[in-house]
Amino acid sequence: MLKDITLGQYFPGNTVAHRLDPRTKILLVLFYIVALFCAQGVVTYTLLALCLAICVRISHVGIRQLVRGLKPVLFIMIFTGVLNLFFTPGGRNLVEWGVIRISEQGLHNAVFMVLRIMLLIMGTFLMTYTTSPISLTDGLERLLNWMKRFHVPVHELAMMMSIALRFIPTLIEETDKIMSAQKARGADFESGSLIQKAKALIPILVPLFISAFRRADELATAMECRCYHGGEGRTRLHVLRYEGRDITALCLGGAIMVGVIVMSRFGL
Amino acid sequence: MAEIIRTENLRYAYPVEEGETPVYALRGVDLGIARGSFVVVLGHNGSGKSTLAKMLNAVLVPTEGSVLVEGMDTADERLLLAIRQRVGMVFQNPDNQIVANVVEEDVAFAPENLGVPPEEIRRRVDEALKAVGMSEFTTHAPHLLSGGQKQRIAIAGVLAMEPECIVLDEATAMLDPVGRREVLATVHRLNREKGMTVVLITHHMNEAEEADRVVVMDDGAVVMDGSPKEVFTQVEPLRSLGLTVPDTVDLLDRLRHHGVEVPLDALRVEECADAIAAALQ
Ligand SMILES: Nc1ncnc2c1ncn2[C@@H]1O[C@H](COP(=O)(O)OP(=O)(O)OP(=O)(O)O)[C@@H](O)[C@H]1O
Ligand SMILES: [Mg+2]
Repeated sequence: MLKDITLGQYFPGNTVAHRLDPRTKILLVLFYIVALFCAQGVVTYTLLALCLAICVRISHVGIRQLVRGLKPVLFIMIFTGVLNLFFTPGGRNLVEWGVIRISEQGLHNAVFMVLRIMLLIMGTFLMTYTTSPISLTDGLERLLNWMKRFHVPVHELAMMMSIALRFIPTLIEETDKIMSAQKARGADFESGSLIQKAKALIPILVPLFISAFRRADELATAMECRCYHGGEGRTRLHVLRYEGRDITALCLGGAIMVGVIVMSRFGL
Repeated sequence: MAEIIRTENLRYAYPVEEGETPVYALRGVDLGIARGSFVVVLGHNGSGKSTLAKMLNAVLVPTEGSVLVEGMDTADERLLLAIRQRVGMVFQNPDNQIVANVVEEDVAFAPENLGVPPEEIRRRVDEALKAVGMSEFTTHAPHLLSGGQKQRIAIAGVLAMEPECIVLDEATAMLDPVGRREVLATVHRLNREKGMTVVLITHHMNEAEEADRVVVMDDGAVVMDGSPKEVFTQVEPLRSLGLTVPDTVDLLDRLRHHGVEVPLDALRVEECADAIAAALQ
């Protein structure tokens, strides 16, 4: 069950997708999201799906890993789909059965909404799969650097994020261990009502939290011992620099986004 | 300067709530650590070893007395980075001291904090990973490594600061025998080949056999101090402090109780075997 959580997982590689500057990738994902929300019809959606497929091809990320990323949002997808399917008025009614009514518009919305969420999630995951969390937060930090002028603690936030990402596998492993320990003493996490299940989680969460605080304390000391003193005067092993490929990728991405926006004006 | 670290009448009490009387975790430690030496610190739980370690690189600042690192007072906040750069620290749990998701980025953490230029960071990272024998793991994810490997990464992370001294606080306690041997071999090699000063805190007596000097702590004070042979031959005093002696010394001690004429100071297994063989002939 815990193995399903893939958020922030990174699959090292050496493809163009891996070597792009993280800032480029973040911007491309932003372009992609904007384009997705503007897209209206079959043509634009096909174009965007095609773009994703090409990027997946380039990055050598397995389709299965990408699809697995959809699992946690499956519920939201079904919920959105059903909601749109039944409760959108407009157009011809395809099915009329008592109070249940599916309109043409409803079917259209449901399909496109679900597609939109799928593409959105897979696009974002493709970025996290091909970018090491450190360089991702590094990219974010650099992109948001201008906000420091307004006293936004950009470096601190980026550091917090990268540490959180670093500890996800450790904490998952720990949760697994605690669950096994509780199971060995007869705890039951699978059966019972929702409330019983929630109650069964308490003996997992309490030790998990206590250990997380202890870890945080030790990590803080270890970081201090390695001369961490905030973002001031800090240099980086990997300096971010836009290369030719970044310019190309950004131009291409920007062109596609503009193209999609223009096409959607014509309802394509 | 022969001594790299000097503590003078060092006392420390952890902060307590209003109204409570502070309990001293360290009560007057005078210790000089010679440059290039390998010092092992022993003592039972709560004797103040970790507290002492944290005072050596200004994670804790003395309540009374002083700690000098290459002549720099740890109480002086302006010298903080200079002191921490010179005295690196490795802790017990490897998971809680690895900061990054990729080995090389973790090793680069300290030099990054020190503002070292990128090319120089690259050189230091490669050198540090080579020194701990982990060069082929440069781009691996640390959480997929074994305990001993993680701990060697932690050591590399400290080496990248180019420190003069490394303090290891029970750095082998969570490792299996293989991991422990890896880490110890690494530390001994650094001491021998690079002249690195090592302060090793441990509960394993065997780890003290190869040391230049053994310091035994009890109740916040140094109670024994000398070469491994000098310290471990005092079997009864050690036992009364709640410590065991190395297996070899234990065996020799028992033989002596049964009237066999053997020396007590044959610490290594081969030495011990030779001594017993000689006595039996
Ligand atoms: N954060 C703290 N706050 C208050 N008291 C502490 C704290 N850490 C340690 N102490 C107390 O200080 C004393 C010395 O502890 P220290 O951790 O230095 O011992 P140690 O020799 O490292 O023991 P161990 O072998 O268990 O690691 C103990 O009595 C302990 O209870
Ligand atoms: Mg300790």
